[in-house]
Amino acid sequence: MLQVEGLTKVFGELTAVNCVSFRANSGEIVGLLGPNGAGKTTTVSLIAGFLKPDSGEVLIEGKGIQSDTDPVKREIGLVPQNLALYDKLSAHDNLTFFAALYGLAGTKANEAIKDALSLVELSDRAGEKVDVFSGGMKRRLNLAAALLHDPQILLLDEPTVGVDPQSRNAIFENLETLRKQGKTLLYTTHYMEEAERLCDRIVIIDHGKVIADDTLPELHKLFPATNVIAIELDHVDALKPEKILTLPEVKSAELEHQTLRVEVHDLSRGAPIILRWLAENGHSYHHVSTEQADLETVFLTLTGRSLRDT
Amino acid sequence: MMIQFLALVRKDLKLFFTDRRALLAGLVVPIICGSFFGYLFGGNKGDTETGKVPVLVIDQDESDVSRELVAQLASNSSLGINPSTPAAAREAVRKGKATAAIIIPKNFGVEAGRALFAGDAKPAIDLLYDPSHALELDMVKGILNGAVMQTVSKEIFGGKNGRELVTESLARLEKSDLPSEDRTALRDLLNGVKNWNEQQERDGAAGDGGFSIGLTMPYATQDQAITSGQNSEYNGYAHSFGGFGVQFVLFMGLDAGITLLMLRQNGLWQRLRAAPLSRTVLLGSRAVSAALIAIFILLVIFGFARVVFGVRIQGSIAGFLGVCAAFSLMTAAFGLMVAAFGETVEATRGYSILATLILVMLGGAWVPTFLFPVWLQKLTVINPTRWAVDGLDGMTWRGLGFSAALGPIAALLVFTLLFGALAVMRFRWRIED
Repeated sequence: MLQVEGLTKVFGELTAVNCVSFRANSGEIVGLLGPNGAGKTTTVSLIAGFLKPDSGEVLIEGKGIQSDTDPVKREIGLVPQNLALYDKLSAHDNLTFFAALYGLAGTKANEAIKDALSLVELSDRAGEKVDVFSGGMKRRLNLAAALLHDPQILLLDEPTVGVDPQSRNAIFENLETLRKQGKTLLYTTHYMEEAERLCDRIVIIDHGKVIADDTLPELHKLFPATNVIAIELDHVDALKPEKILTLPEVKSAELEHQTLRVEVHDLSRGAPIILRWLAENGHSYHHVSTEQADLETVFLTLTGRSLRDT
Repeated sequence: MMIQFLALVRKDLKLFFTDRRALLAGLVVPIICGSFFGYLFGGNKGDTETGKVPVLVIDQDESDVSRELVAQLASNSSLGINPSTPAAAREAVRKGKATAAIIIPKNFGVEAGRALFAGDAKPAIDLLYDPSHALELDMVKGILNGAVMQTVSKEIFGGKNGRELVTESLARLEKSDLPSEDRTALRDLLNGVKNWNEQQERDGAAGDGGFSIGLTMPYATQDQAITSGQNSEYNGYAHSFGGFGVQFVLFMGLDAGITLLMLRQNGLWQRLRAAPLSRTVLLGSRAVSAALIAIFILLVIFGFARVVFGVRIQGSIAGFLGVCAAFSLMTAAFGLMVAAFGETVEATRGYSILATLILVMLGGAWVPTFLFPVWLQKLTVINPTRWAVDGLDGMTWRGLGFSAALGPIAALLVFTLLFGALAVMRFRWRIED
């Protein structure tokens, strides 16, 4: 388990991390979500011990990192945002080197390398130099290098930057496998789709502060307009939106050009009621879609600015 | 901890040997430079033909004396003599196509003879020279002085003009207001010369007799290079390979430092710092790998010089290896210091290349330090490359014993400790440092 308590880091006049607290349990992927410059990488650096906090503490399985050679560091596997590989060495040589940094040599190292390469599906490319790898393959090898010493906690700092969708999905599958193995994963990203797909819990950080820390469904509840059904009508004559307000589950309704937008408490119950009412009252339609509040909307609601534009 | 240390060293060595650019820069370039400069500085047999100093001669006198003078100059192996005109010679010197031009004035032969005994005004030989060739100018003047003395004295003591000059000088002596004793002594000298000339004429051997070559230097030098032994010849490649070996090993150390600086800017540094490694292991392994690469470069360079140019370790082999090892350690510490003090990669590369070139230049790697002004020779003892170059020279072509290597080894180790301590103290360990 990873526990972060009141972590603060100040650079000059900039408070990069301001009293950040959260925890990540075994078998859980916790997303650290925030725009560029929000303090995600600084938080990861504090957890990994590259930076010394001005206050607060980081506990790895209940213990803090006391020195450069503290054995507690063996519980952490780091996947840095920038690729941390030697391009001129083969994938196998890279992993042999990184395994040795944790004291692994000989059979133990070979087994760890074999397992890691197998997980990221690069076993057949082990002997090739990294500089001939695609961006996605490098990212997968970057992940494999962090797994060799079988750490309990994985710190993943934007591990999918610049990769193609296929490689991204492959990495996601790797991470889901690791979750099933009971590892604790802290996943920093500014891609909402990644956090929505992968994370059991999401910590939203902005300007160095944690502004939300919850599961995705609970975060959705923070946004008042969560479920909307949009109906493209053939004709809008004689349709009075206020009549729809009398229907069960309906919270609000409005007509904009030929689109009727109805906000409901629950999409699965509300949608059939509305569609049936339209048919019974002679209002034909040609397209129906639903909208649910996404993380972007949640972020916008919480911070007042868009995640993508920051 | 040993597994980590060895893995870090092995990784650095592997990266070096798989990087063709580094190998090229570290081995091929110093070999090319060492070969070229070794050839320029005499090669290994001492028979390398050196370029002649191009000198133009304008003979406006066209007398026997002036023609003989031109012939004398042309016979000198250091000068490349060609006839010219005043205007053409001036233009050639101005454009740098000739180092100097000698203009022998009209009546030079007669006036030079008169000046020798009668104290008349000396004829002036105009010497036009290229100011960028001051050293060659001194050499040309020295050769000209010798040739003029030889040619004019030869004419006085045997030539037709010389006999007339002696007779004329005797007549003028009687009209002079010299003190009686001086006049008598000079008269005796001139009469002696006159009698010599008359005797030579009677013998029909005027100009071909015992004084046919004129006045020359009353001595000759026997040149002997003092190196390691009587049968050992100086090998110009020994110094040049030592000098360029030192230069490119320093560049390698610099590159190691820059690499460490670059490492801090990418994910590899984070990965290394995330591992349970002490800073001693991280920096120490870097120093050891750089030192091993440095000693490898030196040995390959000298191995090439041995096989191709016959450069031998004529002194102590242990001393040679000691100097190489001490210099390699100093290089490694130098690289760490560069990494510790560098801010950005680009700026550090610029400053440190400049610093390295100055160290190399003042260390005598390019040209021997004895050519430096005395104050600079004394000052350069604070330059580690001076000790390395002197140490390598001592163990190769000078053929000195192990005791002569102790000074350079000790000095280089002191520099190693100094640079290493500065690097450890200054190294920004944490990202925010």
